[in-house]
Amino acid sequence: MTTRDFVRSLPQRETRSAGARLRQIHLDPLMLIGLLVVMGFGLVVLYSAADRNVDMVVNQSVRLLLGLSVLVVAAQLPVTVYLRWTPFAYAGGVGLLLLVDLIGSSAKGAQRWLDLPGLPRFQPSELVKIMVPMMVAWYLHDRPLPPGLKDLAVALGIIAVPTGLILIQPDLGTAILVAGAGVAVIVLAGLQWRWMAGAALALALAAPGLWYMLHDYQRQRILTLFDPQSDPLGAGWNIIQSTTAIGSGGVYGKGLFQGTQSHLDFLPESHTDFIIAVIGEELGLVGMTGLLLVYLALVARGLFIAAQAQHAFQRLLAGALTLTFFVYVFVNVGMVSGLLPVVGVPLPLVSYGGTSAITLLGSFGIIMAVRTHRGW
Amino acid sequence: MAPSLAFRDTQRERRIFVVRASVLLAAAMLLVGGLFLRLVQLQVWEHETYRTRSEANRIQLQPLAPPRGLIFDRNGVLLASNRPVSALNIVRERVTDMDALLTELTVLLSLSEDDLTGFRARLGRARRPFESVVLKQVLSEEEIARLAVHRHRLAGVEITTQFLRHYPFGPEFAHALGAMGRIDEDDLKRLDPVRYSATRFVGKRGAERFYESSLHGEVGHQKVEVDAHGRIRQVLDINPPIAGQNITLQLDSRLQRVAAEALGERRGAVVALDPRSGGILAMVSQPTYDPNLFITGISAADYRQLTADRDRPMFNRVINGQYAPGSTFKPFVGLTGIANGAIRWDERIEDRGWFRLKGQQRIYRDWSWTRGNSGGQGLVDLDRAIYRSSNVYFYDLASRMDIDRMSGFLAQFGFGQRTALDIPEASSGVLPSRAWKRGARGEPWYPGDSVNMGIGQGDVLVTPLQLATATMVIANRGRFVRPRLLLASDQPLVEFDPPPQLQDVQGLTVEDWERMVDAMENVVHRGNLGYRQSGTANAHIGQNLPYRIAGKSGTAQVVQIRQGEEYDERLLDEYQRKHAWFIGFAPADDPQIVMAVLVENGGGGSSIAAPVVRQVMDAYLLPQIVAR
Repeated sequence: MTTRDFVRSLPQRETRSAGARLRQIHLDPLMLIGLLVVMGFGLVVLYSAADRNVDMVVNQSVRLLLGLSVLVVAAQLPVTVYLRWTPFAYAGGVGLLLLVDLIGSSAKGAQRWLDLPGLPRFQPSELVKIMVPMMVAWYLHDRPLPPGLKDLAVALGIIAVPTGLILIQPDLGTAILVAGAGVAVIVLAGLQWRWMAGAALALALAAPGLWYMLHDYQRQRILTLFDPQSDPLGAGWNIIQSTTAIGSGGVYGKGLFQGTQSHLDFLPESHTDFIIAVIGEELGLVGMTGLLLVYLALVARGLFIAAQAQHAFQRLLAGALTLTFFVYVFVNVGMVSGLLPVVGVPLPLVSYGGTSAITLLGSFGIIMAVRTHRGW
Repeated sequence: MAPSLAFRDTQRERRIFVVRASVLLAAAMLLVGGLFLRLVQLQVWEHETYRTRSEANRIQLQPLAPPRGLIFDRNGVLLASNRPVSALNIVRERVTDMDALLTELTVLLSLSEDDLTGFRARLGRARRPFESVVLKQVLSEEEIARLAVHRHRLAGVEITTQFLRHYPFGPEFAHALGAMGRIDEDDLKRLDPVRYSATRFVGKRGAERFYESSLHGEVGHQKVEVDAHGRIRQVLDINPPIAGQNITLQLDSRLQRVAAEALGERRGAVVALDPRSGGILAMVSQPTYDPNLFITGISAADYRQLTADRDRPMFNRVINGQYAPGSTFKPFVGLTGIANGAIRWDERIEDRGWFRLKGQQRIYRDWSWTRGNSGGQGLVDLDRAIYRSSNVYFYDLASRMDIDRMSGFLAQFGFGQRTALDIPEASSGVLPSRAWKRGARGEPWYPGDSVNMGIGQGDVLVTPLQLATATMVIANRGRFVRPRLLLASDQPLVEFDPPPQLQDVQGLTVEDWERMVDAMENVVHRGNLGYRQSGTANAHIGQNLPYRIAGKSGTAQVVQIRQGEEYDERLLDEYQRKHAWFIGFAPADDPQIVMAVLVENGGGGSSIAAPVVRQVMDAYLLPQIVAR
């Protein structure tokens, strides 16, 4: 090929085959676009939330790039590799959780972090959010579906062990997310509706008992949800300030960098868990709805990929990871807008923080692997 | 159940999954719809509420305290000013280890137990996150410098500065100016909450209290944008406060110092008036206290000591000390006798050293009776009765008068009432009458009561200010002038709404006044005429006097000496000894200064109190005489 030929053919190749070329390296173009939109949006909002602190934005960009490379690597692996390694990864995750309970470092009254020599500080519970649905999918994939009573019991056991270990930390929010991700697999596997209804009923009956097992501060958070003004300077402060931030934004928001709630420090955790309130304040209902729609599109794409997959393990894995992602979004937005109790859940790919972003991008890599590795 | 792999129906599994995934996607859409509704609720339906709340968070209307008006003496000397005081505050949220920080601060500054316990108590109270808590109210320059050096290690430590009242002369003017104190719950009930929204101190006593409204000024406001920590980010709008009015008092700080030094360490009171205006030139009450302590924070122990002290340093003896006037009362009783026609100037009474009412056993003694009767003063007229201070003359005179007529006349001199224009806290003393005794004691008036009252003993009580005011009436030959603290102000003061002029004294001729002034001049100037001929104060203050003082000494009994007993000073507790009084004015023919001096338990009025009067008058009049 001469240089002239190459030049002539370049635009044509670009338009025709950009998606195909991405697929060739096992990436899903639609999903990738959605993720990049969310991350780019997130970096802009972070720049505002962090009071134009460039270092923080650079920091977060590095983490996201690291996450993207994890995504690319994860997408290259055929699903059979995941199938083979899932039990070991699960065992490793549980082991790390045990380690956290024994030697973890504390922050804000809970042991969640692991400081291992030679590794950056990280939260093993974040990894477990992926390990649990993978393990449940691994267990159920070669059994008759819908699952029988015995298989159901084993699956619940697989969920219960790490959930229990996270509860000990204590980290109720993550425990609920982990359990939710595992249960999502069981639901996707075809658990009968009446059993689910029964479980829901049992949970409702057990609720008063569970209430007494909660720590005081956890109970306080739930009570605060119903009446933030009961403790306006303490537990209610976060909710009051975040709803004020969102509500004061109105339809179009106060404009980027113009949020008074966040820039005058009224909004706590404005660059981490409560960053969605900054979006609500500065970009208004329009910005919030746009972001939610992109999230919803990612969820729809994930479930579509899952439904298209050939093998039960692929379906369960992709479906469960997608639902985990959705639960993250819903719990975070629900909590910041005052619908759910305050639990420590970051806004996926937007909140400042490393472990969660890398884990989530890794899980999207796995979903893309499901999409692009057709054969077993 | 059969082996699992045998009955796998992949088509059915896949169908089930697609249904499940669709249902869950629908659920996800519903949940996002729920979130969207919630956002619509917050951002559209309730937007106004939250917008207001956000503005309320951000924008604060802060009151600005007006600078308090200054107080000057008649010569423009600053008596009360405002000075910047720095306090140490701590923001708990910025402190990683509170105990370590407090330990470090204890090394850098002098922190008392009071400071620390108070701080811990305040720390425990509910407050906004990042709100600062006071640790130490007053920092010295040195402490501020030391904190600045170590600032990098002291995260969470803040220094704030505000203007507080300062009295440059400290204790010297405490009773003359009054004092400020922290606004307490009683004050809150009477103060305008808007006007005082930025004010933390209020005048509690004296001129500071009486002129509070004018000294305070008008509160200002500023609209500021604050962050969650309460720090001001920018001032949006400002409506500056209006400073309180400066006022000038009649006080003469030079004379005040002379008076305080003349009184020395003794308990007592000195008051000097300008008879033309009634202006209070000096007002000294000893012992005294430092009014600055109440502003910068007094320790509990110091306060206890101040209030428990037997000598009562916070008690203003000039206006609230009520004492028997003793012999200083005699000129007023004498004038009463003349006005009522009970005696004439040339009428003589025989003083044999004792007096007895008709038909009674009780003996009333002359002051000269110490270890037995000294024989009395012989035949005395009113002039001699004043300069020799004959008790028997006044026993006799008082016994001739009806008590209510006597009281009615004496009331014209201001006894038994408050007459000062701007000293509402002054006590009114006691001017006895039949009605008073019936009310206070439930007893009728006995002739013996009149006898005691004739020499200023018994039930009659006066404050030094009252006695000075009454003396001023003699100095002004019957014209009544109300005493006052205020000399001038930049603008008319709301408080200064003078009550009606008191009537001048009725019933005496010009000659009567001059004869009484002459008698009082004799007290000081009549001398070198032999045994029992000189004025009682002549030996003590009458020598080398380049101007004429008209005065009267008094020695007031504190405890009743029973019949047949001797007054022996050595046997009495210090606090039961006689009070020494001296009243006077000078120059006698053109009075420019009127004084009353009391030395508690001091002894003889002529020997103890009169020299104080002389020293102050010298300081006031000699420079004028030299200048002329």
